[in-house]
Amino acid sequence: MDLQDAHGWLVDLLNEISVQFQKVPGSAIFLRYVKSSYQNDPVRSAVELFLFLFAVKYLLAPKYSTSKKSYVKLTDEEIDELVDEWVPEPLVAPQTAFEEAENEKRPVIVGPTGPKSKLANGRIVTNVASYNFYNLAGNESLKEKAIQTLRTYGVGPCGPPGFYGTQDVHQKTEADISAHLGTTACIVYAQAFSTISSVIPAFSKRGDIIVADKAVNFAIRKGMQISRSSIRWYEHNDMMDLQNVLASVVKEQAKKPLTRRFIITEGLFENVGDMVDLVKVVELRHRYKFRLILDETWSFGVLGRTGAGVTEHQGVSVKEVDMLVGSLAGPLCAGGGFCAGSSEIVEHQRLSASAYTFSAALPAMLATTASEVLAMLETNGEMLALVRENIKTMWAQLDPRSEWVHCTSAMENPIMILVLKAEVVASRKLSISEQEQLLQEMVDEALANGVMMTRLKSMPRGIHVTAKEVGWELQPGLKVCLTLGLTRKEVERTGTVIRHAITKVMKAKR
Amino acid sequence: MSTDGSRLTMSRKPSFNPFAASAPATPSTPPALSEKRDMSRRPSTSKATRITSFFSTSPKPKPEPQTAASALLAAAKQQSSQLTSPSHISSPSLSLPTIFLSTAQADTANEDEPPTTLFQPPSPAETRRIARQQAQFGPLGHQSHRYTSRHAGGLFPEPIIEDPPYYYLITTYISYLILIIFGHVRDFFGKRFRQHEYSHLQERNGFAPLNSDFDNFYVRRLQLRINDCFARPTTGVPGRFITLCDRVSHDGNQTFKPTGTTTETLNMSSYNYLGFAQSEGPCADAVEETVKRCGLGMASPRGDAGTSELHNEVEDLIARFVGKESSMVFSMGFGTNASAFSALVGKGCLVISDELNHASIRFGLRLSGCMIEMFKHNDCKSLERKLREVISNGQPRTHRPWKKILVVVEGLYSMEGSMVNLPGILALKRKYRFNLFVDEAHSIGALGPNGRGVCDYFGVAPSEVDILMGTLTKSFGANGGYIAGDKALINKLRVTNAGTIYGESPAPAVLSQIASSLKIIIGELVPGQGEERLQRLAFNGRYLRLGLKRLGFIVYGNDDSPIIPLLLYNPAKIPAFSHEMLARKISVVVVGYPATPLVSSRARFCVSAAHTKDDLDRLLRACDSVGDILQLKFSSGIGGGALPLPEGVTPEMEKEWLRKEKEKGQEVMRQPPRWSLSEVIKKGVQDVKMPLR
Repeated sequence: MDLQDAHGWLVDLLNEISVQFQKVPGSAIFLRYVKSSYQNDPVRSAVELFLFLFAVKYLLAPKYSTSKKSYVKLTDEEIDELVDEWVPEPLVAPQTAFEEAENEKRPVIVGPTGPKSKLANGRIVTNVASYNFYNLAGNESLKEKAIQTLRTYGVGPCGPPGFYGTQDVHQKTEADISAHLGTTACIVYAQAFSTISSVIPAFSKRGDIIVADKAVNFAIRKGMQISRSSIRWYEHNDMMDLQNVLASVVKEQAKKPLTRRFIITEGLFENVGDMVDLVKVVELRHRYKFRLILDETWSFGVLGRTGAGVTEHQGVSVKEVDMLVGSLAGPLCAGGGFCAGSSEIVEHQRLSASAYTFSAALPAMLATTASEVLAMLETNGEMLALVRENIKTMWAQLDPRSEWVHCTSAMENPIMILVLKAEVVASRKLSISEQEQLLQEMVDEALANGVMMTRLKSMPRGIHVTAKEVGWELQPGLKVCLTLGLTRKEVERTGTVIRHAITKVMKAKR
Repeated sequence: MSTDGSRLTMSRKPSFNPFAASAPATPSTPPALSEKRDMSRRPSTSKATRITSFFSTSPKPKPEPQTAASALLAAAKQQSSQLTSPSHISSPSLSLPTIFLSTAQADTANEDEPPTTLFQPPSPAETRRIARQQAQFGPLGHQSHRYTSRHAGGLFPEPIIEDPPYYYLITTYISYLILIIFGHVRDFFGKRFRQHEYSHLQERNGFAPLNSDFDNFYVRRLQLRINDCFARPTTGVPGRFITLCDRVSHDGNQTFKPTGTTTETLNMSSYNYLGFAQSEGPCADAVEETVKRCGLGMASPRGDAGTSELHNEVEDLIARFVGKESSMVFSMGFGTNASAFSALVGKGCLVISDELNHASIRFGLRLSGCMIEMFKHNDCKSLERKLREVISNGQPRTHRPWKKILVVVEGLYSMEGSMVNLPGILALKRKYRFNLFVDEAHSIGALGPNGRGVCDYFGVAPSEVDILMGTLTKSFGANGGYIAGDKALINKLRVTNAGTIYGESPAPAVLSQIASSLKIIIGELVPGQGEERLQRLAFNGRYLRLGLKRLGFIVYGNDDSPIIPLLLYNPAKIPAFSHEMLARKISVVVVGYPATPLVSSRARFCVSAAHTKDDLDRLLRACDSVGDILQLKFSSGIGGGALPLPEGVTPEMEKEWLRKEKEKGQEVMRQPPRWSLSEVIKKGVQDVKMPLR
């Protein structure tokens, strides 16, 4: 093809293009617009074209530069040198003496756990350390039911709920829980501890606001951390402070677009043992338009006439709580956790709560056990009454009679948390770790006398986190968990042992 | 000891078994296998007949069915009852007399009675029992259906990620575009004319909507259309077959109503790699015994009063199994990762994580407060570049050196079916001295000649990896997770890890399932069965993968991986594939965006040791026909499944042959593999044993 041909071809092409262009509807208007704006000024057109191209590039460019450039350009040799010089810390720090002792002294149970448990060293001790309030861990009818389930379903469901891991027994357990509570729907998770850490970030996202009690448990803290919401704290169980915080949040946010707002608190507090004033919280939540996430891990199966939790106990309608989170693992002796609420809330979690979506479902045996225990709680109110009797007996043994400790738990809470009295701590200038040391000695002393109790441990802080960053710290204490498996006499005797252990340790370390 | 006991039983059996004479009994073959071998040649009626013949004369009131799933049940039962009783675990020699006694008794009883009832048909109840058992764990079809999962040596075989023809890529994008436009149009009109349906996205008496309109769009407009393919409720054991509870939706998948009927389907969906999802057999017996003895739960976290002897036993077993000094178990796999990292890394530490790591790892890492960097999936070059950059630059802003660097990878990636390039990463580890965390959620039990995970597969010493984490949900048919490492490390974690302090202690039943299945894998319980399970799994994975490739499908992942994703691409094919498979009574998992990249929607098959070759052939047949209906066969051949070589050319000679042909001037073009189904099935078994091509 010589130049002549090429020229001819080009002219034909241009003609063809202009003909085609004229056929496009509106092309005349476009041409007229270009002509009128051209005004015999090629520079102006060039500038306009440049602006147009810049706008296109700007629109297509990523919002921010994702490539992180280091400030100094290093040569390969220099990098090699730096690599050789770099000395990492060991993966974990060596154990402290206290941790070592804790590992060594951790009780190992042989056979079933129960009010009287056999330890690996052969001794049989009174167990006031497990949450086996109704002594169901060894219940024969539950065992039989569990074995029946085993023979139909095997052990594990071998898959996440979304992929064929949902079994009919899970659906039944969910229905049973929501019927027991009076909610419309419920979702069962595979582990109680992971439940609330997943429920919170499923709803509360970046930019949302969470107002939480300062004493909330570790799992809630982790859930709030992962949600990246902005967090406001109120003083533990201080309703005046809650009101102030809520009012200030509403005031601050008045001019901003409406975001989701949540109040998070516990029914019975894991770290303190006392009870929330739900009536007041619900009133405030309505006044300031906050949603309520209530962690009933320690109150479900414990409070109320049928063990339905703090709502039943305080006569608050369960509909007032948006997300009610509870455990099937503690007193119910099964496993897993749940979140109950409206069906909208529950269905949302099935897709967006990571601990549900990305984890294998609960073993069928544990699901049926939970269902069975709920039926027992509904029909057998005596169980709850018996535990409450024992709590009263133990209170009488410990709280008024000890000059060293007092109980921070609510009277209805079978987990009695005994902390050193403020004046004792003040007069001896005890730091948190010194208190823990003393409490551990009390636990050891009690165990030597045939009573196994446990400690309320400080929340793990994380690596390289300073005390300042932690904020609220719990006061370590002793945990005494009552069970109906002990007679009144036995409870009294246990109480005496504990009291003496406390006195002995405190007197020895004067 | 127990081995001897059972061998004694079995070796005598052939003497009055007319079929057994034909079975070639090699002395090294464990007895369980020789039993299975000859059985497999016979239709199930004669199997049952023969079994009944043994036991109808024995003093036992109820005959024990002897199928492949529980060939040595008699011996196993004895042993499993020992297994959980404390004093016997650590000293197996104590259990020796019991086992000898029981098997010997069974033997003498058999010897005394002549096999007069050899051809008596099995009772209906017996037939049902066997059918039930085989629905959970299929019998081995033939001895050749076994393979040992082991890295063949040489370089790590990078899986080939094949792109589909542009036609499918473009139609996929267009499909999503149409879906999105439709969704927005429906939203536009819906929000104006049917406000009550959108109330959850709008402000309601002063409360912000729970879901943001934008976040919810995918769920509302895309996922809802195919919601019936997810979360299908099941009942019974998720073994070889899985029983689905049928359901219907009359409101466009908003709600489902159970119809009350069930459908038994072939289970290609559960993570039941070694087939331990069983409601009978030694594991279930051990679990039952444990429930009776130890109750239901510990009702306490591990740190308080939730540690029993059983926990310690399982932890020792796991540590021994994975080749570490010490281990700790948790009641949930997700929770294990979610709480693990906070006790390992924190401020001033860096974690370099594979971009495709599981959500639980991301969850845990975000909680720990460390810096997180990603590297390209399984790409050692990308990892090395990142390492050089971060070590030389130090922490951002302050440029202090990092306190520690932890590289987190998975052993086997559940959506890709790809294995970690462990040798490559370990070479980098030696050079850059970072710590390595391997999540073996899917690989433990599923990979390696002994089922001990990726280290075993690559023949690498487990000591080279700092932390081995895994789940007990998948291969062991139980629930929970573990972390294994050096003794000092684990002891420290026991007191600093939130999972131990707050997480509920695993239930005795679950622990018992873990212990018994582990013992079977190791060979301490029912010797031979563990090996059979491992080898069947390896065979099944390779057989199905090769078959699908030859049929012309694009599949992802390494050859030895038991996870086989089959690429669908177009979003409309996601539900279509699932429905077509369900119509053929096969349950499959289908996944699309956002679990995968937008274009590469896929169906995922998880093979199990419980599957027989016939099951896989059934699946291949179904895929063949569905693949034609849905136009899914579009592989170009670069991913494998090549046509057979001409006579006289072995796979080793292939390269040489190709070169020679080229020299001759007739270059052999790579043909897109479109084998016929019968060819695939005919050649499959022998070709699986060779390097897949």
